[in-house]
Amino acid sequence: MARFAWLTILLPLLGALANGFLAARRPSAKRLVSLIGPGVLLAAFAVAIGAAIEVAGTEEAIRIQLWTWMPVTERLHIDLALQLDRLSVVLLLVVTGVGSLIHLFSIGYMRSDPGYARYFAYLNLFVAFMLILVLGASLPVSFIGWEGVGLCSYLLIGFWFEVDANSDAGKKAFLANRIGDFGVLVAMFLIWWTLGTLDYAGIDATAAATLPLGGTLATVIALLLFLGCTGKSAQIPLFVWLPDAMAGPTPVSALIHAATMVTAGVFLVVRTGVLFSLAPFAMEIVAITGALTAFFAATIGLRQYDIKKVLAYSTVSQLGYMFLAVGSGAWTAGIFHLVTHAFFKALLFLGAGSVIHAMHHAHHAVGAHDDAQDMRNMGGLRTAMPWTFRLMMIATLAIAGVPGLSGFFSKDEILASAFARGDHSTVYLVAWGLGVAAALMTAYYMARLMAMTFYGTFRGGGEVEGHLHEAPAVMTGPLVVLGGLSLVGGLLNLPAVVGGGQWLEHWLEPVLAPANLLLDPLHLPHGTTEYLLLGGAILIAVVGLTLGFRMTLGRPIPLPADTPAPRGLARLLEGKYFVDEFYQRVIVGPLVWFSKTVLWRGFDQFVIDRIAVAGSARLAQGLGWLGSRLQTGQVALYVSLFAVGAVLVLRALIGG
Amino acid sequence: MLLGPSLAVSAILFAIGVAGVLIRRNAIVVFMCVELMLNAVNLTFVALSEVHGMGGQIMVFFVMTVAAAEAAVGLAIILAIFRHTQSVDLKSLNLLKG
Amino acid sequence: MDVVQIVFWCFAGWAILSALLCVTRANPISSALWLVSTMFSLAGIFILLHAEFIAAIQVLVYAGAVMVLFLFVIMLLNLEETPRDWNRWMFWLAGAGLSILLAAQLVALRGYSPQRLANEFSSMPSPDPGLVFPEGAVARQAVEARGVVGALAEPLFQGYLIPFEITSILLLAAVIGAVVLSKKRL
Repeated sequence: MARFAWLTILLPLLGALANGFLAARRPSAKRLVSLIGPGVLLAAFAVAIGAAIEVAGTEEAIRIQLWTWMPVTERLHIDLALQLDRLSVVLLLVVTGVGSLIHLFSIGYMRSDPGYARYFAYLNLFVAFMLILVLGASLPVSFIGWEGVGLCSYLLIGFWFEVDANSDAGKKAFLANRIGDFGVLVAMFLIWWTLGTLDYAGIDATAAATLPLGGTLATVIALLLFLGCTGKSAQIPLFVWLPDAMAGPTPVSALIHAATMVTAGVFLVVRTGVLFSLAPFAMEIVAITGALTAFFAATIGLRQYDIKKVLAYSTVSQLGYMFLAVGSGAWTAGIFHLVTHAFFKALLFLGAGSVIHAMHHAHHAVGAHDDAQDMRNMGGLRTAMPWTFRLMMIATLAIAGVPGLSGFFSKDEILASAFARGDHSTVYLVAWGLGVAAALMTAYYMARLMAMTFYGTFRGGGEVEGHLHEAPAVMTGPLVVLGGLSLVGGLLNLPAVVGGGQWLEHWLEPVLAPANLLLDPLHLPHGTTEYLLLGGAILIAVVGLTLGFRMTLGRPIPLPADTPAPRGLARLLEGKYFVDEFYQRVIVGPLVWFSKTVLWRGFDQFVIDRIAVAGSARLAQGLGWLGSRLQTGQVALYVSLFAVGAVLVLRALIGG
Repeated sequence: MLLGPSLAVSAILFAIGVAGVLIRRNAIVVFMCVELMLNAVNLTFVALSEVHGMGGQIMVFFVMTVAAAEAAVGLAIILAIFRHTQSVDLKSLNLLKG
Repeated sequence: MDVVQIVFWCFAGWAILSALLCVTRANPISSALWLVSTMFSLAGIFILLHAEFIAAIQVLVYAGAVMVLFLFVIMLLNLEETPRDWNRWMFWLAGAGLSILLAAQLVALRGYSPQRLANEFSSMPSPDPGLVFPEGAVARQAVEARGVVGALAEPLFQGYLIPFEITSILLLAAVIGAVVLSKKRL
């Protein structure tokens, strides 16, 4: 089946074409779209399972050569090839599996949207590109997917482009990603220049022998790659686009901005782990950036009222954990958290989508214009939406790190790894501390979200309350599946301390071997320290959740209009540290000024238009005028010039 | 021998002819100055034919033929121009002006 | 200075003087007549240079036919004396200056003699011009044997036959051209 892995890309691509065709010609054919859109994904998922079974039987990477892409020279020879190994197959399963569930959910969520077919076309296209990214056997092939998912992200964030804010958010995401892509491109050039290959296999084979450990070149390459990851995976300093990306439909947020695309950066770091292993300094940067992002995003999440914004900052924060993991050299922990996060965060987003869907329809039914996403308008929804409530509660407990659920194991492994790396550098201890603090806040803001949404009484008015109802089965079905996965996802890599076999660790071992060879082995704490860390983690989760529920429910929640203006730290948090404003002032403003005055007025209008374009015309005109002055029509003048010539010729001939 | 002096006289006559072409505005006079230049060149040919044989004189013969043809056509052109502009002033003939 | 040279300089002086007057006279008729005078003195110089036949046709063709044609045209156009015939002083200066420059360059040729020509032509140390340029001697022998006209006719109708015939076509074309141009209505 692995030989047909390209089908997993082709099927969504064909689906995108078919849906795109329908979107252009027959937007009303929603039944057909509902069949094609999720259908191709389920088919791709089936192929992926088949491929995974085959990959399970071997430790070697399976390379599927499709065609020669750039046969430029002997050295620069790039094939369009796919690589199926134990790492890419994990991502393949997550993307197609979670993707299928989200596609199914979208049938219900987007049912009444006029752009139904267009939506599925984009979504299919996204999956196709995401799979190119994941399955690519070399950096350039992955880069096609890397750019493609960025494009689809842009298209889907601005899906309701009639509202300016939405298309602006799309542009912002696109531009922030471009900054990162620049890093990836330069890194690719450097890799080709130094190693002479861009294949992952080639990089794994040659990097250790070519690049010195801790050398400048390895560090630069790793940091440039990481710059790309900060763009794609919304890390400091390029995280600003992800919260705005919530402008897109909620299933899109679940698929692209929680489960798959934003984790591409983590995937890339693991995929090129050898290069990072060669650059300990870059690893430290990755770890501390991840930890800082986890911490600060979590603090912002504490004071948001938009249900999706809370989840968006939560995503940024959880992505920070993943980078903390890979920065600590705990590749498996990073991938583990990536997978569990895909489960519970997709569940949270879809649950939020279900809530928003219900709120929206209720508002619509009574003609209210309140914000359907503002948690201050919600409350007590658990009676109206019991299934959504239960499943989101599972996800909340999972992300908060309640023992036994998926998030507990993955997050704990990350923190333990960072703590273990603390032997090498205090940077990791700082990162660990930030991670622990972020864990506490995670539990708190998730509890706050649940309390504001589902507990207490409904604050949006009795008339609206009457129209609230649970989502249809096509939406709750995927939620149930994701809920199950969130519950048991931890079994993937159960640590030894609870009798687990660390299955994912062993599964990924052959892929990570080249990178691990260069790193000092992680000595995860054992015995007392391990129990202390575990106990601390449990305590943090419990304390955070309790505090969150208590403090939120302990005082009345005002409606949006009655909320007093925040002061001090709260204002800073609610204003998201004013990073957007800072970027606006420091980067965007001067850039716009520079573009307007220097580039537009100065260079384009003056240098190009006036000097180059009009100037050359004037020059030709002037020269022509000079020439025409010579043409007086007076024969005498012509003869004079002729005589001058004759004199000069004679001078050359006779007069020495 | 008269070779050197003949060449010198020829040079002077030629220069006078050039001066006439440059200075005069009457087309017919300018034409006559051209004839003067041709005559100066003829003198050179004849002077050199003493050394180089009959070729020079034959060339003079041809020059005279061409000069006669040129005079016929040239004067016809001047007549036509005069009929057109009522003038043979070269200054009024500036159709070549750019 | 022998008699030939004295006569030559007389003719030469007269030719230059007439040429100057031809260029400077305001009246085209006097210009034309001074040009005729120049041609006559040139014909004299041609005789001194042993080119009697050329001298004869100089008088017949140039002074006789061509200049009469000029005079006819001048009178036909009824050109009056045009005192302000001169170009602007700039042209005056430029013309005078240029022709003086030209003359100064060309007058350098006065130092040429057959000996010097032979020196420049041959690589030998002072060669005999008669040996370097045998055609001159051949021509002189032909003149002695058959007279001037015979000596000229032989190469003209042998080596230069085709150019000679072409000149007749040229003259025919000129005649047709002149008729076409000068006739008011064909």
